[in-house]
Amino acid sequence: MHASGYEPWSAERAAQIIADHQHMAGAAMPILHAIQEAFGFVPDTVVPMIAETLNLSRAEVHGVVTFYHDFRREPPGRHVIKLCAAEACQSVGARALTAYAEDKLGLEMGETSPDGRVTLEPIYCLGLCACAPAGMVNGRLVGRLDTDAIDEIAAEASR
Amino acid sequence: MNSIRIYVPNDATAIACGADRVARALSEALAARGIAADIVRNGSRGLFWLEPLVEVETPAGRVGYGPVKASDVPSLLESGLLEGQPHALCVGLVEEIPYLKKQTRLTFARCGIIDPLSLDDYKAHGGYRGLAKAAEIGPAATVEEVFQSGLRGRGGAGFPTGIKWRTVAATPADQKYIVCNADEGDSGTFADRLIMEADPFCLIEGMTIAGLAVGATKGYVYCRSEYPLSLDVMNKAIEIARRAGLLGDNVMGSGYAFDMEMRMGAGAYVCGEETALLESLEGKRGVVRAKPPLPAIKGLFQRPTVINNLISLATVPVILDKGGAFYRDFGMGRSRGTMPIQLAGNIRFGGLFETAFGISLGELVNEIGGGTASGRPVKAVQAGGPLGAYMPVSQFDTPFDYEAFAAKDALIGHGGIVVFDDTVDMAHMARFAMEFCAHESCGKCTPCRIGSTRGKETLDKIMAGERREANLAILTDLCQTMKLGSLCALGGFTPYPVMSALTHFPEDFGAAPKLPMAAE
Repeated sequence: MHASGYEPWSAERAAQIIADHQHMAGAAMPILHAIQEAFGFVPDTVVPMIAETLNLSRAEVHGVVTFYHDFRREPPGRHVIKLCAAEACQSVGARALTAYAEDKLGLEMGETSPDGRVTLEPIYCLGLCACAPAGMVNGRLVGRLDTDAIDEIAAEASR
Repeated sequence: MNSIRIYVPNDATAIACGADRVARALSEALAARGIAADIVRNGSRGLFWLEPLVEVETPAGRVGYGPVKASDVPSLLESGLLEGQPHALCVGLVEEIPYLKKQTRLTFARCGIIDPLSLDDYKAHGGYRGLAKAAEIGPAATVEEVFQSGLRGRGGAGFPTGIKWRTVAATPADQKYIVCNADEGDSGTFADRLIMEADPFCLIEGMTIAGLAVGATKGYVYCRSEYPLSLDVMNKAIEIARRAGLLGDNVMGSGYAFDMEMRMGAGAYVCGEETALLESLEGKRGVVRAKPPLPAIKGLFQRPTVINNLISLATVPVILDKGGAFYRDFGMGRSRGTMPIQLAGNIRFGGLFETAFGISLGELVNEIGGGTASGRPVKAVQAGGPLGAYMPVSQFDTPFDYEAFAAKDALIGHGGIVVFDDTVDMAHMARFAMEFCAHESCGKCTPCRIGSTRGKETLDKIMAGERREANLAILTDLCQTMKLGSLCALGGFTPYPVMSALTHFPEDFGAAPKLPMAAE
């Protein structure tokens, strides 16, 4: 899940990923997930490749990519911090904690730092509602967050 | 074979609270002391305030310690953890903890007890008896058993599961599908996640029974991407079941064929709506379909499809094993059986509480849940997720029952209860409901797509004190339009949290407080 572990863009590799999944029923979503897992995002150049293979229009594939919050069209920061913004987390102070994290990282929710180091974004529920506030840091689940935990996460993201 | 067995849960809550570090510290400390012990990574029991809950097998039963931090491990071992001896973190025999003892665990009977990926454990605790029964009595009788149980859709709509199954069974087709809705997006819910992480074979068995009953040979579990651990455990369990002949061309030697696979969502809340989910499975935008045609007649890839909530499907094995009548005997009114109620948010004892329908909201929040975690008075609870009503303490006598909640303009939804203390600003929560709807709307219906954005703006004006009365009238009218003019529950039910917040807590919207005015 760590961005530095992503592969550099390669059309050949993308074509291979598409070929590996094209036999699946309703293949578009599994292909997009696999592309993002490999490259960290879904580059615009891959859209016509998927469209051609699945016999869809570019507009249809573009429509799928842009409908789902998970799919990125730009690379994320090397560290990705997701903080839950849903009701259960709000009931135990997630709003204030999010403001603290924004201040600490110098970023607003949904932003990536200009140096590409860290992305901060909201997530709507990780099912960790009985150990809230919760979040996900570079793919790792974290619960019972407080300002100390945010300080540690920010320190991790400064590396 | 009397080696020491220690259990450290492997579910997402336990891991988010440090269970992996605890397991590592335990294994290192035991190795350093030259003690041989098995560390089993079980699923969670759902007593989440105690996670990570470490359990040790003793002659008297399993003794628990929690919540354990990695730094507690040395002192635990010195106090005699391996013999179940006292310690400040010791909670005694786990089965005797009142929170667990008061429950009626039918669907979640094995959760936290077994190793989730041990087929032997699963079978030793009643697993695959339901499928054996279904294979013995045949498809028609299996559908009838589910119908007789009174089981209703646990996703929130509460539609009788048996009727869906009958329709699919009666619709001829070259291919039929079983689709499990594991897009558990409601804040305050984690029941689906717990089954997938703590008892995955239960879902596999339930879907296999459904396939046998209606003549479907292929199943899909649509699981949200926010549950990476669930996806991982399920994928492993499916592979184990395949190798054991419990999925494939001749399931358990019954002559019936059934196989299944996991599919991952991509962060769209609306895909929890069944027709949007089917579109997404087909590789399209998750846009809601108009009904009819019903998914039972034209569902996935236009074929007859049983699409059920995960909890409905995971309840099928116990219904087949013990009989529809056994299950139907729990509950009240038209709400039969048990419901896994999820206590979440600002609550002292957060976790999963499976019980027969009929328990009151107040008992759940105050007696079982222990009130707020902050120690402040409860102001409101949101029942049924982001589309559920905010209920004030004055409604705490409401029994947990589909119809009783509906009579109060509320819904039980997927069984989530999120508790808020008196510091919450209900106007903020109403605004959040509109904001969330705007963020998640699929765009098909205008009242939902545009109305949610206008609703948020109108609430901003009300909160700023701008033409309050006129804007409150606009908001009320807008909610009515969304309710009547939206195809699915996203646009149709967002008015519930908004209007309930306004009705029960008008003072938070700057309206005249309900308190009598003091003489000035």
